[in-house]
Amino acid sequence: MRRSRSVSSAGLRLVCFSACSLPLLFAVYWSFTAGLGANPIEALTHHTGRWSLRLLLLCLAMTPLQHYLGKPWPILLRRQLGLWSFFYLCCHFALFLVFDLEFSMRLLSEELLERPYITAGFTALVLLSPLALTSTRGWQRRLKRNWKKLHRLIYPAAVAACLHFLWKTKISELEPYAYALILAVLLLARRLK
Amino acid sequence: MKISRSEITPEPLFWNRRRFLHGLGLAGVAGALGLPTRAAATPAVPSTDYAAGEKPNSFAQISQYNNFYEFGTDKRDPAKHASALTTEGWRVRVTGACSAGGDFSLEELLQRVSLEERIYRLRCVEAWSMVVPWLGFELGPLLQTFKPTPEARYVAFETAVRPKEMRGLKRSSIDWPYREGLRLDEAMHPLTFMATGLYGKPLPKQNGAPIRLVVPWKYGFKSIKSVVRIHFSSTQPKTTWNMLQPSEYGFFANVNPNHSHPRWSQARERRIGELFKRDTLMFNGYADAVASLYEGMDLRRYF
Repeated sequence: MRRSRSVSSAGLRLVCFSACSLPLLFAVYWSFTAGLGANPIEALTHHTGRWSLRLLLLCLAMTPLQHYLGKPWPILLRRQLGLWSFFYLCCHFALFLVFDLEFSMRLLSEELLERPYITAGFTALVLLSPLALTSTRGWQRRLKRNWKKLHRLIYPAAVAACLHFLWKTKISELEPYAYALILAVLLLARRLK
Repeated sequence: MKISRSEITPEPLFWNRRRFLHGLGLAGVAGALGLPTRAAATPAVPSTDYAAGEKPNSFAQISQYNNFYEFGTDKRDPAKHASALTTEGWRVRVTGACSAGGDFSLEELLQRVSLEERIYRLRCVEAWSMVVPWLGFELGPLLQTFKPTPEARYVAFETAVRPKEMRGLKRSSIDWPYREGLRLDEAMHPLTFMATGLYGKPLPKQNGAPIRLVVPWKYGFKSIKSVVRIHFSSTQPKTTWNMLQPSEYGFFANVNPNHSHPRWSQARERRIGELFKRDTLMFNGYADAVASLYEGMDLRRYF
């Protein structure tokens, strides 16, 4: 009984891992087949940013989902989803840093000070970095109760990420509003729990 | 579109001519001096390089990365969906403060002008840019044929509205038709161009077939596509992006690296086909020719 459950949870994690790696595999495939269009840097930046936000929201949905279903499996995927989201966020920021700013700290600080959407996006990166670093069981043990407190930073990070997308978009596109709405529902679901 | 096959420049010939120019070193020298290069070489259509010898973007890049919200907001939407547009029997209505306006077929208008090729830089407000070999004609002489009256101080333009052909019109956030406008002296400026073709071929629909404006020193959104109306007025016309977000998009919309969009920098741009960004030039590099139009104006206020 116990064994079959651990086998199925390993299987579930593997399925989740494969699914989360798909945006990466597609990005690599498109990069080598001219599938990114005329502005490949922009396409990759948008692609990685979108998937980072989507996976962050999915990660946040796991706890409410667990309560709703009364089953433990969503919690098994939570860390992995968070780490994948952070991975795509790092790719997103790296593309910006390398191709838009060419590592210029002067340009980066200008952007951070003058562009609210950059400030919001960078805030999300800063808030999520310690969560990714302390995502291991070892850190969980070491930080004890503080671990849970620290990891509540995911909420302001998600808000910052949604603002980043909302403030960047040129015209009233539906997509960033959809993510903001999903986040609002998820935050509300926690309050009502 | 009535351009006979013999008049247009096929892509290979185009490249031969460019190589020829480079061979003579003319394009580079004239470009460095900020002078346009006149090439006599090809049959029928004269070509002028206004991009300082820079290599034009490929036809695929120019025709597959477009902003034309009537066909969708994604850059690839226009190439996918603009084929639905009917350009046969295209008419342009010329109204307002002019004594020889009317309702003209495109052919009637083209009879009044002579076609030429011009290679211009195009800078989008979204901080990307291209180099485009347009086929078309100077707008000023055409406008003169409509005999604008002394009250005419501005020229307004409108894009076609075809709900059955333009799937993007369903989006109600924009008050269609797409509108643009220029001060009359801007419209009469020798750099202001109407394009009917690209790379010697008729204009692809996603690029604004059959006739579009090209104002190379302004952000791309000023260069209105698929024009069906030209209106002379005494007051500054309403323009689409300015109506949507007046704090972000001004009436003038001159390319200006020193005046950033409220949400992003305009100091640099990514040339399509390049990985890194390059510095944006004042008036998109056409300052010598157009800066005098704005003498004494505060460009931070009239952005």
